Amino acid sequence: MGIKERMSGNEAVAYAMKQVNPDVMPAFPITPSTELPQFVANYISNGQMDTEFIPVESEHSSMSAAIGAEAAGARTMTATSSCGLAFMWEVLYVAASNRLPLAMAVVNRALSGPININAEHSDSMGARDSGWLQIYAETNQEAYDNWIQAYRISEHKDVLLPIMICQDGFITSHAVQNIELIEDEKVKAFVGEYKPEHYLLNTNETMAIGPYANGPYCMEAKRAQAQGMINAKQVILDVAAEFASISGRKYGLFEEYFLEDADYALVAIGSACGNIKDAVDELRAKGIKAGLLKVRVFRPFPGEEMAEALRHCKVVAIMDRAESYSSQGGPLGAELMAAMYRAGVTSKAINVIYGLNGRDMTVSMVEDIYAHLAEIDKRGLRSEDHYNYIGLRDKEVR
Amino acid sequence: MGLKTADINEHTPWQDLTTGLQIFEPATSKMFHTGEWRTNTPVVDWSKCRQCLLCVPYCPDSCIAVKDGKREDFDLDHCKGCGICVKACPFNAISMKEGK
Repeated sequence: MGIKERMSGNEAVAYAMKQVNPDVMPAFPITPSTELPQFVANYISNGQMDTEFIPVESEHSSMSAAIGAEAAGARTMTATSSCGLAFMWEVLYVAASNRLPLAMAVVNRALSGPININAEHSDSMGARDSGWLQIYAETNQEAYDNWIQAYRISEHKDVLLPIMICQDGFITSHAVQNIELIEDEKVKAFVGEYKPEHYLLNTNETMAIGPYANGPYCMEAKRAQAQGMINAKQVILDVAAEFASISGRKYGLFEEYFLEDADYALVAIGSACGNIKDAVDELRAKGIKAGLLKVRVFRPFPGEEMAEALRHCKVVAIMDRAESYSSQGGPLGAELMAAMYRAGVTSKAINVIYGLNGRDMTVSMVEDIYAHLAEIDKRGLRSEDHYNYIGLRDKEVR
Repeated sequence: MGLKTADINEHTPWQDLTTGLQIFEPATSKMFHTGEWRTNTPVVDWSKCRQCLLCVPYCPDSCIAVKDGKREDFDLDHCKGCGICVKACPFNAISMKEGK
């Protein structure tokens, strides 16, 4: 019944990588994901994995090599963070449009500048339109569990899209937490062997991947790719249900924490949800109906489902750990508010930027946000409520 | 086995294309007349041509076919009019004419 351990988030994901034992890993080091290829290289030299490790000279090359390996028919993985992900930009789209189901651990870190190495979602949020699936974790356990589920989702014939498994830099990459690992043989049986229908090294079939497409074909190809993303929602739920049967841990597109009867809700991604849950517990003890919607899957975006889960809330704060520099707020705020409008949800909603470059969002800050939501409930929304920062040194009192 | 390229055309709906537009047969370039891009066209003066065949390996689009040891006329379905053959010919037997 599981193996109790204590591990950092990187250790946990590397352990999952060892258990899944993909065929190829091209990688280039960048903080805070550097440990992932390091752990894998150790496992390989210790004879615990037989993955082909390819040291490359940049992230553009690691993603390009990953695309080549996956196209050849090898189950492929890589890992990166921040500017490393940004340097992959061009080829991220190539991996997705060629429908190559490779998996990448993204240890979220701020993009430059100011140059900084700490947790932020600007790297993966910037890649949100690249056609990759994106699943986020609150804890080391979730990062481990998401990695075990990754290939089952990406390689599904109705999906065939690459997948990012995201965790917060340092908070869920270097901090050590208790964790329950799944036995090797259970993981192997769950993930299964990779048997692509078409691949370049198949001697029985001639094949070309990534041909030039002219006008009459591109739009159709993109619509077909979009269908993979649409289909992924159900596949993610099916894989999660099967995962629960081997682990006892249940996952959905998002997690609802005291949301069912909440008047005031926060919506957030990643490790900050731990502090938000603490704040919810304290407020509930005082009789305040606070709740949390924790986003697990950002791509595909479960807009309809999240809007429905928030419909009864009086006021909602959508939390973004990334700027969009749109003058309107962050990416989660923009997409979720659009989804709420489409669903005819009339809850008031604000967008709060928090935790940039690893800044802590304390439990008391979270309580301040809930207090702000209660105040909005009483006095109505004002234009200055729509888009604001928490945990910021500010001359103006807000 | 995937769809044949001949089964796909400009009227094919998105649902019927191959995943990622993957192609499952060789030499499909024969079906696409990329010579349409050409703005200038090479012309051989057969009285000057000595059949040395130097132009053949220089052509980046394999548009100069050789039969029985002699070059044939240009494959204008695929020649893009780059003019490299003009420079490669030691006998000034090839010149470019304007247009297709």
